Amino acid sequence: MNAEIIEITLRSIYVSGTATLLSAVWSLPLGLTIGIRDFYGKRLVKGVFNAFLGIPTVVLGLVLFLLIRHAGPLGFLDLLFTPLAIIVGQAILITPIMVSFTTSAVESIDPEIRDLAKTLGATEIQASLAVLKEAAEGALLAFIASFNRAIAEMGVAYMVGGSIPGFTMVLTTAIALQRDMANIELGLTLATILLSIVFAINLTVNLIQKRRP
Amino acid sequence: MEKTETLIVALILAAVVSVAGIVIYMKITTKERLRISTTTSLYDTGLLEAIRNQYETKHSINPQITSRGTGLAIKLAQDGDADMILVHAPSQELLFLTQGYGVCRKIIAYNFFAIVGPEDDPAEIRELTTLEALTKVVEAGRNGQAIWISRGDDSGTHTKEKELWKTAGFAWEDLRTETSWYVEASKGMAGTLILASERSAYTLTDMGTYLSHSTAGLITLKVLIGQGKELLNVYSAIAANQTRHPHTNLNGAINFIKFLISDEGQQLIGDYGKDEYGQPLFYPAVKLLQENNDPVADSIREYAFFNGTECPVEYRDGHPELYG
Repeated sequence: MNAEIIEITLRSIYVSGTATLLSAVWSLPLGLTIGIRDFYGKRLVKGVFNAFLGIPTVVLGLVLFLLIRHAGPLGFLDLLFTPLAIIVGQAILITPIMVSFTTSAVESIDPEIRDLAKTLGATEIQASLAVLKEAAEGALLAFIASFNRAIAEMGVAYMVGGSIPGFTMVLTTAIALQRDMANIELGLTLATILLSIVFAINLTVNLIQKRRP
Repeated sequence: MEKTETLIVALILAAVVSVAGIVIYMKITTKERLRISTTTSLYDTGLLEAIRNQYETKHSINPQITSRGTGLAIKLAQDGDADMILVHAPSQELLFLTQGYGVCRKIIAYNFFAIVGPEDDPAEIRELTTLEALTKVVEAGRNGQAIWISRGDDSGTHTKEKELWKTAGFAWEDLRTETSWYVEASKGMAGTLILASERSAYTLTDMGTYLSHSTAGLITLKVLIGQGKELLNVYSAIAANQTRHPHTNLNGAINFIKFLISDEGQQLIGDYGKDEYGQPLFYPAVKLLQENNDPVADSIREYAFFNGTECPVEYRDGHPELYG
């Protein structure tokens, strides 16, 4: 049973970690762009991302389930009840968090840095990167908060992952299943592991924030 | 500046690598996957995990089990999202076959449902027959002395409950409007049992889930009625019809069904739970139905056969060997 606990824990970290990295591929540039540029409808765009910060995971899970089940429009991808389905679902789930955190971090940076970089002959992209560098701490916080949300969510993992033992079962769905199987001890063990991960992450966040004078 | 660029390149690389990694991982593991959607009682008792472990040691196939109620299990297979189902609702199974979604039905096991309730038994149903007991529960419920919790989720147990009410002379559609004592849980068996226990209510349960929860001290309910052919609970395996969904793994499903009805599989089913609960949770059905000399076999035929057979010839999909 110990091997199984380790397997489920590693799968959870792997799935949610990959989801965070995947989400960063589009969320970081998006957050950076929204933070730096001024454009028509910027407040609306920010408002939309903020509104989706608290999207119920089970709602997203249901929508994705309907999309990727065999009879759904994306059924040909054969994604339902696979780890990749959870990864993609969680990546979408945490996009608003990552975008909003990055945007705020960038906006808190003095706009003169970008201008300064440009006067020193930097291109647009180089100047953006200079801003990102200044906002690195905020971006890191975005990463951590996103991973936190991903590993602690259950709606997507249950709906599109199916909680298949040895394949798509992650910590949250395993805890629910252990209750149904009346294995309270094993459920508590898994719950403790999940709590430890979440607490460790929050501790890291606090340490990072404290470092700044 | 360069550092930041390196970081971003590294980030994108990491994302690409992990996605590629998982795609490759899935390609390997899904090479021979068999998607089984099952009723919760077979999974939650741990039986199916035991079967899966034994099966995997001998076959290079990866049975992937999703545990839902019978209703959802059937729905997944109808939509092409499962290769086979393990369920316990003969009336729903017949529809599944006749509508062309399933082939090669085999009855694999049976046990008995139980009516459980609080120790003090306010409706006084102990020692009664099932149908008398249900009548008593309705009376006590209407007098405000008892509560009945229904699964209310289209599961096999819920299907059974509706049939029992009908046999006892009540229309389930009417009972569910009497919300002062008839409560629909919309939960799995585990959640329903806990709700019933918390509210000192009566409910219909499969024995396996009841025993695991009772042993773990999660519920204080007692078995008040656990006998009688009305409470018969028959589990079947049905493969998804490949004509309907060409991508399904029919071969894998047939092989798994063959294992379930083999001597080895049947013994696994019959022995499961003996150590932990002092009694088996399921009884193997294959030999019983072949040998033909047990009153339980007659009850199974009466309850779970269609036109005198567990699977009419036209739904056998060219596998007569399953029906020896």
